[in-house]
Amino acid sequence: MTFSGWLQIALVLIAVLALAKPLGLYMARVFAGERTWLSPIVHPIETGFYRLAGLRADQEQGWLAYAFGVLAFSFAGFLAMFAILRLQGFLPFNPQGFGELAPDLAFNTAVSFVTNTNWQNYGGETTMSHFSQMAGLTVQNFLSAATGMAVAIAVTRAFMRSGATAVGNFWVDMTRATLYVLLPLAIVVAIGFVALGLPQSMDASFAATTLEGTQQTIAIGPVASQEAIKQLGTNGGGFFNTNAAHPFENPNAFANYLNIIAMLSISTALVYAFGQLVGNRRQGWALIAVTGVLLLVGTGAIYWAETSGNPLLHAVGVDPALGNMEGKEVRFGQAMTALYAAVTTGLSDGGVNAMHSSLTPLGGMVPMFLIQLGEVLPGGVGSGLYGMLVFAILAVFVAGLMVGRTPEFLGKKIEAREMKLAMLAILILPLVILGFTAVSMVAPFGLSAITTPGPHGLSEILYAYSSAAGNNGSAFGGLSGNTPWYNTTLAIAMLLGRFAYIVPVLAIAGSLAAKPRLPGSSGTFPTDRPLFVGLLIGIILIMGGLQFFPALALGPVVEHFAMLAGQSF
Amino acid sequence: MSSSTKPISVFSPAIMLPALRDAFIKLDPRQLIGNPVIFVTEVVAALVTVIFTQDLLTGQVGTSFSGQIALWLWFTVIFACLSEAVAEGRGKAQAESLRRSKTDLMAKKLLFPDRATDHASQIIPASTLQLGDIVIVETNDIIPGDGEVIEGVASVNESAITGESAPVIREAGGDRSAVTGGTQVISDWLKIRISAKPGDSFVDRMIGLIEGATRQKTPNEIALSILLSGLTLVFLIAVVTLYGLALYAGAELSVAVLAALLVTLIPTTIGGLLSAIGIAGMNRLIGFNVIATSGRAVEAAGDVDTLLLDKTGTITFGNRMASEFVPVGGVSESDLASAVLLASLADETAEGRSIVALARADYGISEPADATSAAAFIAFSAQTRLSGVDVAGRRIRKGAVDAVLRFVGLDKAQASAEFNKAVEAIARSGGTPLAVAEEDRLLGVVHLKDVVKPGIKERFAALRAMGIKTVMVTGDNPITAAAIASEAGVDDFIAEATPEQKLAYIRNEQVGGRLIAMCGDGTNDAPALAQADVGVAMQTGTQAAREAGNMVDLDSSPTKLIEIVEIGKQILMTRGALTTFSIANDVAKYFAIIPALFVATYPGLGVLNVMGLTSPQSAILSAVIFNALIIVALIPLALRGVAYRPVGAAALLSRNLLIYGLGGLVAPFIGIKLLDMAVTALGII
Repeated sequence: MTFSGWLQIALVLIAVLALAKPLGLYMARVFAGERTWLSPIVHPIETGFYRLAGLRADQEQGWLAYAFGVLAFSFAGFLAMFAILRLQGFLPFNPQGFGELAPDLAFNTAVSFVTNTNWQNYGGETTMSHFSQMAGLTVQNFLSAATGMAVAIAVTRAFMRSGATAVGNFWVDMTRATLYVLLPLAIVVAIGFVALGLPQSMDASFAATTLEGTQQTIAIGPVASQEAIKQLGTNGGGFFNTNAAHPFENPNAFANYLNIIAMLSISTALVYAFGQLVGNRRQGWALIAVTGVLLLVGTGAIYWAETSGNPLLHAVGVDPALGNMEGKEVRFGQAMTALYAAVTTGLSDGGVNAMHSSLTPLGGMVPMFLIQLGEVLPGGVGSGLYGMLVFAILAVFVAGLMVGRTPEFLGKKIEAREMKLAMLAILILPLVILGFTAVSMVAPFGLSAITTPGPHGLSEILYAYSSAAGNNGSAFGGLSGNTPWYNTTLAIAMLLGRFAYIVPVLAIAGSLAAKPRLPGSSGTFPTDRPLFVGLLIGIILIMGGLQFFPALALGPVVEHFAMLAGQSF
Repeated sequence: MSSSTKPISVFSPAIMLPALRDAFIKLDPRQLIGNPVIFVTEVVAALVTVIFTQDLLTGQVGTSFSGQIALWLWFTVIFACLSEAVAEGRGKAQAESLRRSKTDLMAKKLLFPDRATDHASQIIPASTLQLGDIVIVETNDIIPGDGEVIEGVASVNESAITGESAPVIREAGGDRSAVTGGTQVISDWLKIRISAKPGDSFVDRMIGLIEGATRQKTPNEIALSILLSGLTLVFLIAVVTLYGLALYAGAELSVAVLAALLVTLIPTTIGGLLSAIGIAGMNRLIGFNVIATSGRAVEAAGDVDTLLLDKTGTITFGNRMASEFVPVGGVSESDLASAVLLASLADETAEGRSIVALARADYGISEPADATSAAAFIAFSAQTRLSGVDVAGRRIRKGAVDAVLRFVGLDKAQASAEFNKAVEAIARSGGTPLAVAEEDRLLGVVHLKDVVKPGIKERFAALRAMGIKTVMVTGDNPITAAAIASEAGVDDFIAEATPEQKLAYIRNEQVGGRLIAMCGDGTNDAPALAQADVGVAMQTGTQAAREAGNMVDLDSSPTKLIEIVEIGKQILMTRGALTTFSIANDVAKYFAIIPALFVATYPGLGVLNVMGLTSPQSAILSAVIFNALIIVALIPLALRGVAYRPVGAAALLSRNLLIYGLGGLVAPFIGIKLLDMAVTALGII
């Protein structure tokens, strides 16, 4: 670890924090339906959409109708996407003439993009036409992110209201998230990316003559625009198979900074907007502090594990000063690789700028663990905020009991119904991740996809299901996931991880909105102070740790000790 | 009852032996299913037992290990049941004495209730009394059921209920008309209309509550049970899937070790003690001589934001007392004091007595030896509003200012400016001025004031630290009320309070989302008691008040609300603390069991055996034993409750997090290591 490495990490995170307030305030205004400086341009378009859909913007929905909106919209998105992929061969903008995708792969991919996971069981430049990339994948990159934001806003409203039956209008929230937040930001970031050297072209490829004089076909396409929304919407599905390790997706250190900042900006600002909307900005900062601390620790752990390197390689003469450089890009270095890995997994983005499978065992365990913590650091756009609020409800419950009062969070009493729904949501991750992993570890159709036997194989599969259920989308690498079993079960994991979480969360929103908002007193436990930040961190770590410790022990932990003992997998 | 509430050691044979028997009865799965964590433990214990028996019969080797695991899993279940039985056992003795007061009770039912003077009656068993029956109770009779006095005055010994041996007066009409079944009339007679259905009397309800028979889970207990069930499911998933993951790694885990892992991980500590905490809380309340009609009310007490307290008897002593003598017109203080002392010697009112006491104590005046013999005392009358004495040719009078002025033949304008100023100053401070005159000369003014009970201000400060606002309710005018409110340190007051005003105040606070507690005794308090979230009725109060409230204070001491609030908070805190402890324990258990399970497959994982436990089997067994014994070790804490300190929520949380969070993290590392050493030394593995 070096000073300049930590300095880079610090600068990137400071930039994100600096953006949180202005962007958060802006989003708070957008979702409160107030005028913003973009309104003169966007408002006519927005109302045009409503008129087209016969929608009244001031008509709000109860939680059930809201949830139905989310599900119906996502299902429609899935159908459209599935159709595009299956009919790819007949559709335009297909310069390479790619054919249709196999049904299981199309299913997996459609689910993956609708759930904001962007797990890619295909190689982008060798499978997808420009039409599929743009009309299918990129559209869902926007819409799935907007859906997540809408749900988060509905939950936020539950804390703002008192004795209310409605939590907002899904269609309005989703439209505003797209038009006021995602689209303008994507344009800005895309221009930034073009300036930093990312290609933006409708050509499929160009031919180059290499130094050896041979001809090489180099794939390009509308990369910058897709890269922008991939990061802003915490989607993570890259244009190229190697994702952000590819020189056209992430050509230099500055593009890498912009990538990380773009990933973190909306999720962090949304937490700030939450504080602003519920009338307690300190609460927003407190939740941001939770993510900040855990991300820094995670980054530090990866950074340390990677710079410590692999003693087996040192033994055969590799310079230990470099640390473990396998699978990393020299243009980013250890620090920015560690930060990228922590952020992309803490955040449910899933884009990678290094091969996570090539990280040292502990360096690889941290990203996996960050996913298993529930994708709340600060999580995917929207999904991170509502996931964090579920944890906050748990923390408040335990804390509330310990101070001798019926627990309340921001003036809302947390009672049996909220606990039931919160536990339902919490149960999804272990059920899906551990359940599918255990079956895959014993069934022949599961084992056949493992390229590396031993504990590393377990890590590969555990990572895959963690990534799917957490809607992360990053792959450990090494697993040949494009089989009917994995395509199907990973898709199921993604669906459950997304919607079996959203529905109870919206039900919590409905229940909280109906409750009166109680005034605080000195007998109420303050949730915007360092003590609560510490408690919440503890709850997140303990919940995640207790669920996944045995599985992690058999995967990366064993591998780590084996590595120290001179054995590799 | 007060005699049976003195602390008895939890582990005394008198409690333990019957509790052990009850614990085995509670093993019935149909009963246990209400407690999911312990139910799962029982199922797992049964499963391991079946497998152990199977192995034993088929002559497998190494059955001793699974046998011991099974044994300790059963102990875990039994200890959990035991904690509940112990908690209930402490109440049973109280219930028993109450029940004795009820059995074989006979009632004299009036044959002709319409005839006022005809007391002819028929003797029937009290258990057959119906709502609305009229009975007659005479000297030495036991009152057969709850009811309202409709005729007569009698002194009643209520020690069976309150533990207070001094008899109380019960009479028709007014606020002392309620009587309780099981109490005894010791003089005169009462005609009583029965107001409780058979089997639903106050004593019946008390017995039910004490025994825990009618105990229902409180809302907060339900929410916590859901959290615990959820955690149990999470660990069930983690343990079941571990079988598959282990198989891949080349280790086939036995049911016994998986069961051991599951039971040590699920929150058995809090699961086992949960109901004991609630029962013990109710018992503690009964120890304070307060009966709550439901656990829900006790829990609500912990959440109370606003406390409505009657001024009289709660905040002040209830009588105005002399606090100062203000002489006027050149009279010396001691002259005024001796004059007013003489005038008050025969005055038996509280005010008169307080004047005497003040003159003696603060002014060192003693009455002349012959003062009483030659004196003619003039008693207070509503017409003159004066009292006084004629002695040795002196005519001394004290009384209301205008009455005394009339006595000296002046009107207010003619009185000296000094006198008028003194009177006004006293009135402005919320006190009552009492003028004193001798013949036609004004001597001065006595300052009578409501004296705030010592220590009450500190209690209110403590309440404020808990985040509870106190409101004083009084019939006084706003000036007097404000003065007393500021002296007592309450946050707000309702002056010239009417029942409607009280009700309106409570509703208004509730609209703002606050929880209100109040206490009251009169029938006119009933609506407010019913509206309040926690309504504490005084045992001496009317039947209407007792029905309206959700708690009854047998000692009729209104400041008890404060203790009730503390007990409510203690119950929640104990639950929270033990939940935190239970979850924090899991970290150490993982470090004991995970390396033990896999060290054979992956020797590298031996590094995780940070406690240096002897062998995989001793490690697993020690973890299971620790898990079972910690329940027993924590029974006293569960019954006593976590100490509550009025220091504000944040300080309370950091303290409890430190003790139960950090303690819960560290304690099992030490405990399991010690047990492992013991298990190894005994060579039972």
